[in-house]
Amino acid sequence: MEQLLSLLKMNARMSLEDLALATNQSVEGVASQIEHLEKKQVIAGYTTVLDTTKLEPRPVTAWIEVKMNPKKDFGFDYLVDTLLTFEEVESVYLMAGDYDLAVVVSGTDLMEVSMFVSRKLATLDSVVSTATHFVLQKYKDSGFNLKKDQDLRENMI
Amino acid sequence: MMNDYLKQVDSVGIRKFFKMASEYDDVLSLTIGEPDFQTPFHIREAAIQALQQGKTFYAPIEGFLTLREAISRYLLRKFSLSYCPKNEMFVTVGASEAIDLAFRAFINAGDEVIVFQPSFVSYQPLAQLMGARLVIVDTCVEDEFKVTYDLLKSHLTAKTKIIILSYPNNPTGAIMTYQDYKVLVPLLETFDGLIISDEIYAELSYGPSPHASLAHFPSIKEKVLYVSGFSKAFSMTGWRLGYVCGDSRWIEPMITIHQYSLMCSPTISQFAAIEACDHGDDGIIKMKEQYQLRRQYLVNRLIQLGLKPFAPKGAFYVFCDIRSTGLSSETFCRNLLDEMHVAVIPGNAFGLSGEGFIRISYSYSLAHIKSACDKIEIFLKNRTSRIE
Repeated sequence: MEQLLSLLKMNARMSLEDLALATNQSVEGVASQIEHLEKKQVIAGYTTVLDTTKLEPRPVTAWIEVKMNPKKDFGFDYLVDTLLTFEEVESVYLMAGDYDLAVVVSGTDLMEVSMFVSRKLATLDSVVSTATHFVLQKYKDSGFNLKKDQDLRENMI
Repeated sequence: MMNDYLKQVDSVGIRKFFKMASEYDDVLSLTIGEPDFQTPFHIREAAIQALQQGKTFYAPIEGFLTLREAISRYLLRKFSLSYCPKNEMFVTVGASEAIDLAFRAFINAGDEVIVFQPSFVSYQPLAQLMGARLVIVDTCVEDEFKVTYDLLKSHLTAKTKIIILSYPNNPTGAIMTYQDYKVLVPLLETFDGLIISDEIYAELSYGPSPHASLAHFPSIKEKVLYVSGFSKAFSMTGWRLGYVCGDSRWIEPMITIHQYSLMCSPTISQFAAIEACDHGDDGIIKMKEQYQLRRQYLVNRLIQLGLKPFAPKGAFYVFCDIRSTGLSSETFCRNLLDEMHVAVIPGNAFGLSGEGFIRISYSYSLAHIKSACDKIEIFLKNRTSRIE
């Protein structure tokens, strides 16, 4: 299973046939393992790693630190459940450290993200404060080097 | 002007093929014999620190004692091999220097040297340069490219001065297990010479059994010169650092040559190597996981294509039988290069017994290997349809 996940993390579009070759299994074996992992939500989904800085118009991504007051009986879940319903939100992480949640948000421009923070996020009940950091450049995302990956080896032997 | 022995050495060798490949600028190469992984960051950092601290002077002739102690700890921890850092080892400029020094220190013109092939391209020419009488012994795919009892017995004579072997093997990916070596030991006990065991790929062994070495056998250990280095295990090819371990009667004469020819191995590399020995295990595990996936993919894919790869148990090469195509190794490689711009190495570059095979390196990303395999598939299909 580890080998399969490692391969899918590198390339989720790898064909069942190729996955079978690389893991020394049958195509059917690989297919049923993937199905099992999907059912268990170990594989929660498949996505595309985009270098959004190369898109026109260029969308904006922000990393927002959120401090909050946990609600009695619900802890942070109450706020998190609300956050998950916002389509602007790409990722939500519970953090250890200076703030409680890291929320990754994307929008078409700076204004859209700012409006989301000031109107939707900061106004939520349990939110104490937010600090918004805008992403200027992505160098690596989901394990992918977004700069040109060069083979530096020159000796052919 | 030229040294008479040098005249016998094949000056072109494997370079002929690389020159051909370099004529195309869109070649998909599967030729390279070095890891595609960068040297782990903590190892590079140790070198940077040494630089910043101004540790840029010559190192001791034998290498820093701290490094030799680290190598000694590493060999004991990883391979249960015990060598005294003070008088049973020294640090060389790559494992290649160690092999060169051993030949220079112990071969007199006319001495018999047994070289098992297919093997690394340097052994034969370096021994020839010393005027050795070469005894080329061909291992074969039927024996999984191992050195067998019969093979050794039929070539070992009273005149044999040196035996050189290397497992895990480049180019075949073959390994020798403890049991494989054990049957050779009685023969080697009677042998009164030097056994050079090049174990540069020791860390890259994929079988269930741990890496085995002739140096594991107490009755012959003092005849074994254990050669290894940092290039393959820690992705440190450009750092040019190796080491050689053995009885001081072998080590001392080699140090004499090393001291007059190179004086010492690169200082900065040695500081990096200390870090590699003591804290490099995790990096090796990660690297091996990737090699494992690529190895499985490549072997299975080649079988699918109707070829007969020898299933490698070590290193990062697949030695693939292409005799079913009716082509010689060189013609196969040349046609594949010309028609599909894919470069692999003809098996006979590693000795005549490699004829009928090609060496494919899987020291590349899986995507790269897949693209090359797709082209090999088209190449084979085109060939079949032409014949039909």
